[in-house]
Amino acid sequence: MSKRELNIFKLLSQKPWESSQATIDNAHDGKTLGLSKANLGVRTIMVVSTVIFSLFVVSYSDRMLVHDWKSLSEPWLLWINTVILIFTSIVFHKTKILSDQNKFEKAKNGLLLVGFLTFAFITGQLLVWQHYVNLGQYASTNPANAFFYLFTALHGLHVLGGLFFWGRATTKLFQNNYSVTKIKQAIGLCSVYWHFLLIVWMVLFGLMIAT
Amino acid sequence: MSEEYKDNKIEAKSADSSSGGYAPPAEHIPAKEAPEQELYHAKSFWTKWVFSQDAKVIGVQYALTATAIGLIGLVLSWGMRLQLGFPETFSFLGPATYYQSVTMHGMIMVIYLLTALFLGGFGNYLIPLMVGARDMVFPYVNMVSYWMFLAAVLVLIASFFVPGGPTGAGWTLYPPQAILPGTPGSEYGIVLMLVSLAMFIIGFTMGGLNYVITVLQARTRGMTLMRMPLTVWGIFTATVLALLAFPALFVAAIMMTLDSMLGTSFFMPDIFTMGEKLKTGGGSPILFQHLFWFFGHPEVYIVALPAFGIVSDLISVHARKNIFGYRMMVWAIVIIGALSFIVWAHHMYVSGMNPYFGFFFATTTLIIAVPTAIKVYNWVLTLWRGNIHLTIPMLFSLGFIVTFVNGGITGLFLGNVIIDIPLSDTYFVVAHFHMVMGIAPLMVVFGAIYHWYPLITGRHLNQTLGKIHFWVTFLGAYAIYFPMHYLGFIGVPRRYFEMYDSPYMTSGVGLNQFITVAALIVGFTQILFLYNIFSSVFKGEKSERNPWKANSLEWHTPDYPPTHGNFGKELPVVYRWPYDFSVPGSDKEYIPQNVPPSQVPTAKVEIT
Repeated sequence: MSKRELNIFKLLSQKPWESSQATIDNAHDGKTLGLSKANLGVRTIMVVSTVIFSLFVVSYSDRMLVHDWKSLSEPWLLWINTVILIFTSIVFHKTKILSDQNKFEKAKNGLLLVGFLTFAFITGQLLVWQHYVNLGQYASTNPANAFFYLFTALHGLHVLGGLFFWGRATTKLFQNNYSVTKIKQAIGLCSVYWHFLLIVWMVLFGLMIAT
Repeated sequence: MSEEYKDNKIEAKSADSSSGGYAPPAEHIPAKEAPEQELYHAKSFWTKWVFSQDAKVIGVQYALTATAIGLIGLVLSWGMRLQLGFPETFSFLGPATYYQSVTMHGMIMVIYLLTALFLGGFGNYLIPLMVGARDMVFPYVNMVSYWMFLAAVLVLIASFFVPGGPTGAGWTLYPPQAILPGTPGSEYGIVLMLVSLAMFIIGFTMGGLNYVITVLQARTRGMTLMRMPLTVWGIFTATVLALLAFPALFVAAIMMTLDSMLGTSFFMPDIFTMGEKLKTGGGSPILFQHLFWFFGHPEVYIVALPAFGIVSDLISVHARKNIFGYRMMVWAIVIIGALSFIVWAHHMYVSGMNPYFGFFFATTTLIIAVPTAIKVYNWVLTLWRGNIHLTIPMLFSLGFIVTFVNGGITGLFLGNVIIDIPLSDTYFVVAHFHMVMGIAPLMVVFGAIYHWYPLITGRHLNQTLGKIHFWVTFLGAYAIYFPMHYLGFIGVPRRYFEMYDSPYMTSGVGLNQFITVAALIVGFTQILFLYNIFSSVFKGEKSERNPWKANSLEWHTPDYPPTHGNFGKELPVVYRWPYDFSVPGSDKEYIPQNVPPSQVPTAKVEIT
């Protein structure tokens, strides 16, 4: 890796027309950051998602100040789902370490467990929805409910999006149809995304139980 | 990696080592650390031209789709103008149709035409070529991005055919009126509009991912960020803004869809209608306005920054002079982008806010004028003593500078709370934003099309039609919007279906008719332009390679027009910035970016 310009102020003060700078620039290989494009892609997606969820949190904080707000009582099932998600994240982290050590046979089991736990989480979330619907707590009943359904649905969609890429990586691994660096990268990036999903859920869940 | 390029890479390496003997050390080409990108090679007609993964084709697809929906926007504006200029003359124009035309015209022009054209159209076509990449980094995602955009456009068009018609809530879609009975399209039209916007945003995010990462990571050797043409800087910064700003619209659209369909009350306040309280209540319409404008103001710069970038390159190439203050231009783009996120509430002065907020937002708004003014000065100083060729791109660029200054100066008035309050919701505002983000960016779009059309098709556009197009559009725009400023001063409010016998309209009636006639003429000229575009594909004068004698890489591809993979066997290596025009000491009038120093030994450093 050649030296990357990490300081944006230094970068923006370059004088590209000067011959001393030109000598340095001619040796530049064209990459700004020492990251793979997939890595940068996942990061960008996480940034955009963070903006979306932050704006929802801001809207939530603004809306909850109005007198008609009635907090939901969180069922114990929601805590179980949270524990499942934490456990998924831990398993994925272990799987990532295994794949980094080229232990792909063990990583296969890890990936399957991750998939099972994630589907369990989604089923759990749907059960919570059912629980509320049975209680007559619809989205239109109260703004707190509306935000609850909105948060869980959006988080759930993010989980499903992650599962799509989990599925691709797992399929390739099981069909023995992969290049080692690529599958490592795919597993690594998926695990980062799963940690991101956990953090988002913790923030949303924390916000909902705290208010 | 395809077989074709794999072989070339080996060739390239051996060529490097053999030429190392006599090449001066400054020209040592470092070995590429990352392997070259895998390219998808289309086999059939469908994968080549329809479901294409080639950024050039996708760019053209984006541009054509945006133009098609933009034509609908143009026709809608005629409907509005006919009603305003000659009220009670046309039976097909009722209040509902008028409001629907206003709304759809605004949304189509801002988002589906300008955003899609600048980022999807020019971004896709120019970024890989200008930074020296074979394609975008995620070609498949790029293709999906276009099809999402097309689907969003189709959903938008579908809203014209549902019961109640499209929404008539104004392009800002403010709740609660947007989803309450009494507003046209409050049942289905608004939902389709919101769904279409959400789809557009998802599609754009896929495209934006490509533009940002291609600029950051897929440049060719020697192409540092500070050697990129300003076009790429403008599109890049605008894309970053869009990735951060569109989520606000997305969030607002989702919550309003739920308010409309599920009866939630995110934005719905307590409302009494027919003596009864609505079931919804307690929500905050102001929250929607904040979300909308947190997107809406950066959106202005999402459209303006690519225009700034492109016009800088057009001026530099057609005045045969390096751009004055390249670094300052880059800084200005970045600073404008950053500031654009902290000015949004200047659109909401009359919505009610803490006076200190008004003070804050007025201050930040006026601060944006500083980098913007720097850019204008630099364009003028680039022209100063330049060898100005009055080609059509140059004419449009000059038109842009004048129009942008005009719109910018009225913006200074509106940015001040105390002046904004009397002018708010008058035709002064309409004239201001049409000048600054309608006409000015369109001038750049037209200039850019005349400039890059030979690159895309290998033929020139018809020059006579082009000159007519420019003069009618330029003078016509002023004939439309100068009188409109005056209408605003005498207090004519915007968004009124008809003014009837209002006393202050007496002097405005004739003006309104004049504006309508001018708008119709300017509109028809655009159809002449479209005719020029389509007929020149076949009949246009053949263009020689690099007809404008530009330096940036897109003109220096082995095939002209560039073909699949852009750069043939080997990617170019960049030795200089793209502004080496009339370099002192050089025997060449211009030095392309991929010319090594050994070929121009006498060229001196230009002091900027």
